[in-house]
Amino acid sequence: MSDTITLSHGSGGIQTNKLINELFFKYFNNPILDMMNDAAQIDIDFKKLAFTTDSFVVNPIFFSGGNIGKLAVCGTVNDLAVSGAKPLYLTSAFIIEEGFSIKKLEDIVKSMAEEANKAGVKIVAGDTKVVEKGNADGIFINTSGIGSIYENVNINCANAKVGDVVIINGTLGDHGMTIMCERNELGFKGNLKSDCACLNSLVDVMLEAHEGIHVIRDATRGGVAAVLNEISEFSNVTIAIEENNLPLKEEVKGATEMLGLDPLYIANEGKICVFVEEAYAENVLNSMRKHPLGSDAAIIGKVTEELGKKVYLKTVVGGKRLVDMPSGIQLPRIC
Amino acid sequence: MKFVDEFRNNEYSKKLVEKLNNISKEKMNIMEVCGTHTMSIFRYGIRDVLPSNVNLISGPGCPICVTPQSYIDMALTLCEEEGTIIATFGDMMKVPGKKGSLSKKKSEGADIRIVYSPMDCLEMAKQNPWKKVVFLSVGFETTAPMTAVTAMEAKKRNITNLLFFTAHKIVPPVMNALVKDKDLKIDGFLLPGHVSAIIGTKPFEFLSKDYNISGVVTGFEPLDILQGLITLVSLISKKDYKIENEYKRIVKTDGNSNAEKYLNKAFNIVDSSWRGIGRIPKSGLEFNSEYEDFDALKYFKINYEEYDGSPGCKCGEILKGKIKPTDCQLFKKLCTPENPVGSCMVSSEGTCAAYYRYHKDIT
Repeated sequence: MSDTITLSHGSGGIQTNKLINELFFKYFNNPILDMMNDAAQIDIDFKKLAFTTDSFVVNPIFFSGGNIGKLAVCGTVNDLAVSGAKPLYLTSAFIIEEGFSIKKLEDIVKSMAEEANKAGVKIVAGDTKVVEKGNADGIFINTSGIGSIYENVNINCANAKVGDVVIINGTLGDHGMTIMCERNELGFKGNLKSDCACLNSLVDVMLEAHEGIHVIRDATRGGVAAVLNEISEFSNVTIAIEENNLPLKEEVKGATEMLGLDPLYIANEGKICVFVEEAYAENVLNSMRKHPLGSDAAIIGKVTEELGKKVYLKTVVGGKRLVDMPSGIQLPRIC
Repeated sequence: MKFVDEFRNNEYSKKLVEKLNNISKEKMNIMEVCGTHTMSIFRYGIRDVLPSNVNLISGPGCPICVTPQSYIDMALTLCEEEGTIIATFGDMMKVPGKKGSLSKKKSEGADIRIVYSPMDCLEMAKQNPWKKVVFLSVGFETTAPMTAVTAMEAKKRNITNLLFFTAHKIVPPVMNALVKDKDLKIDGFLLPGHVSAIIGTKPFEFLSKDYNISGVVTGFEPLDILQGLITLVSLISKKDYKIENEYKRIVKTDGNSNAEKYLNKAFNIVDSSWRGIGRIPKSGLEFNSEYEDFDALKYFKINYEEYDGSPGCKCGEILKGKIKPTDCQLFKKLCTPENPVGSCMVSSEGTCAAYYRYHKDIT
């Protein structure tokens, strides 16, 4: 491991995993943490709970489709939901830079309340720290959340099985490309909007109606590529996806093409990858499509082999290539 | 943006693949010069659908890869200069030098900022009047005009705290060096689409005229590449030596005269060192006397001598297309994108990075 932290340690790819495995797991090691699910699944007095935490450091703080506060609520709610839990309570901690506008803070807090309300969760504890100017970038927010795991639901990233169909609830890369465009560093603006949303009501619909769902994972940092690689690693299976079937907005297609980026690696904040037994796939897909956050849901691939721990893409020309774990931060090409 | 789907169409792809497989059985070596082509070819799994007689070789067209070792070492020295902001393309961040990498220097506190265009440096210089902004100015004919325009604009606006550490290179001379290399037998070139958009197709005509080698300019979408290959394989099999343009929606025969005008206004053509390949006459660009005040090395009065190479790294042989990344003993063992030994593993356009990321048969 390198001797200093670089930006790639926070990118959700290989370096992040290395830091987690070689440092945090080395000291915090326990069977619950080792499961590496989006939320810890814990038993307290015979009650199964999901418990998770996440920190948010997005720049710009306000973007089309949301802000850091909405993101902080959605991110934690989604981590609970994809663990098969009903999200119940959140905490929120703010680290605010001296000089930050109270009006902006109110806008952020207001949208957190709105989002929590929509998702049916309560923000029940919090903390505020203010640091000197220059010691933070405006505002950082941490949220932790607790939820109650539904009975007879066993969703886990080690559960993918041969024959499982991979479904995504909509278009790839909307959040990441929105943020990149709005940082104003690319010299062009698109009609892009972050997909930031609480997905618990969508997950509820899926779980209520159908058995056969083995894995649900939200595809945030590192994009769909990172999530599929994690699932193939933990379930010890090979996954094949079809390039033709990947849902993409025209704007994202255009922007990624122009910059030489691969939408599979771009962050989402309202997308889940679902692994379902083939017999139930059509039903799950149909019920997802009836929900507003799943109207563009599509089958993107399949678990093809036991063992292997690889993810392949069948390309538009009929070739096949590896989709590996992202490494470092995603950067536009030079020429 | 329109015309993305059209060039990724599944049905047309199938037809083109079929056509490509029925042109010739003759064995042939085709080099794709440009790193973005290398990446596209892997990304769309095109190697998988090629006829077995066509051997694709990746060439030296990755700007970060061909920048010599001494350049990154000097950049690491420049970022230690008091009151300096280093502005760079992101790809440069992880290139290993003797004293670490820019990414490591940044984490240790050096002021290093990723930019998407040299023009971003104008604003950066304006907002930091007490500092010197040094742009790490690398790239081929595609990026050099932007450097030229930025320097011109800085001159016009009287911005005096913006400097450039330039290592721009031009593509046709390195191709000339490759075709002269007796160990390499190249039957045809997929010519770089972006570079050709600037310089046009004429600078590649020496290939067909002097060496009986055909070339086809093509774009970067799967249909572009397949069509480019069909035309090239046909030319080679018919021994019809010429340069064709299959990227007419972007590339004109005479190139982009404005961009060339900017290049000529700011730069002189000079000899230049390419990583692993060596010094090639008239293959680099350096600010001319009118713009030499923008030259960071002259400003800091630094004596800079070019040198090459990390021990054991086969980047040079790979850039020349003599070996594949899988033939390098370091590949995927000591040299990975997280811990790169050579620049070909770092850059998003590097051949080793392409093999590492996309090659499905390497374990």
